[in-house]
Amino acid sequence: MQYIPAIGSLLIAIGAWGMLTQRNMLKMVIGFSIIDTGAHLLIVSIGYVTGGAAPILDAAVAESTVFVDPVPSALVLTAIVIGLAVTALMLTYVVRLARTKGTLEVSSYKELKW
Amino acid sequence: MANRIVAVLVTAGIIVMFVPLVVGFSFQERTPDLAAEYIVRSEQELGAANTVTAVVVTFRGLDTLGEVTVLFAATAGVGFVITRRRGAGELPVREGSAVDAHAGIENPDAHAPRSQGPSEIVRTASRFLSPILFLFGVYIFTHGHLTPGGGFQGGVVITAAVVLGIFGNPDRRLAHGTMTTLESLSGATYVILGVLGFILAGGFLDPTFLPAGSLGVLVSAGAIPLIYSVVGIKVGTELAGVVDRLRAQERD
Repeated sequence: MQYIPAIGSLLIAIGAWGMLTQRNMLKMVIGFSIIDTGAHLLIVSIGYVTGGAAPILDAAVAESTVFVDPVPSALVLTAIVIGLAVTALMLTYVVRLARTKGTLEVSSYKELKW
Repeated sequence: MANRIVAVLVTAGIIVMFVPLVVGFSFQERTPDLAAEYIVRSEQELGAANTVTAVVVTFRGLDTLGEVTVLFAATAGVGFVITRRRGAGELPVREGSAVDAHAGIENPDAHAPRSQGPSEIVRTASRFLSPILFLFGVYIFTHGHLTPGGGFQGGVVITAAVVLGIFGNPDRRLAHGTMTTLESLSGATYVILGVLGFILAGGFLDPTFLPAGSLGVLVSAGAIPLIYSVVGIKVGTELAGVVDRLRAQERD
């Protein structure tokens, strides 16, 4: 067992709990952000190689240097940017909804409730 | 109450789902074959010192083009949802609701005094730091093939510089026309560089139509610095535009 993936999974659970229990829409967005961070930690830790160096080739690299997997790092790079864009979009919806109804309480939006 | 039970069940389900992964988890002992192949080819064929950049820009360049497209779509969505003028039928935010000044939403009913602009410290610091941050962002995206960093990171740092400038001078308006033009031009340049790779080299987004140069030099790695620079400009202008739109909402 390693700590980093455990922390990542814990963050995903915390974020999901926050998204499901909080009634304030801003806090739900924060919950999404926490899930996002947990997923990033999990993916990066899957790409780690024991004792590996960052895959940047410079003078300090010897023949025997072990590198970590660059592919998960590249994927997380993508995921962070997409997460940022999605968060911005969600916050925009929150601003717009709050403008329309004057409250951030998600339970007062009943129009599409089933 | 029923909601609370569902929340407990879903969270417990997520934890149960991740338990086998976490308990049986051990880091890899050796670099996977694909990664080793990428590292060798990044050095020998592309001349890019930073393998992550080589993966992002070249080996999985199409993914990155898709990512830039998603970013563009989200930015367009933000611009679409936030209109500049308040539409009819929108109520002012009620006093005592969860919305307050901290949420960044104007509350016309509150009698709290509006801030009288930034303090001396904020103004001086932003005037001092904003150009340095801007330069640092440009440094990050032009050195993406050599050091940790690249277009996305550099673009975000440039956005931070713009946000700091807005903090220091909240009434400043950004030149939207220039920013939109710059964004469209850099997006088009990105695709044109990709097509050039298709015509002159091995395939779409292949950067080897420019000489690879020697490893670790600023002008090296073919077209990778060019591609990452236009990505940096695009991300920087796009995100600065998002921040400015969210600010315009507060101002009107």
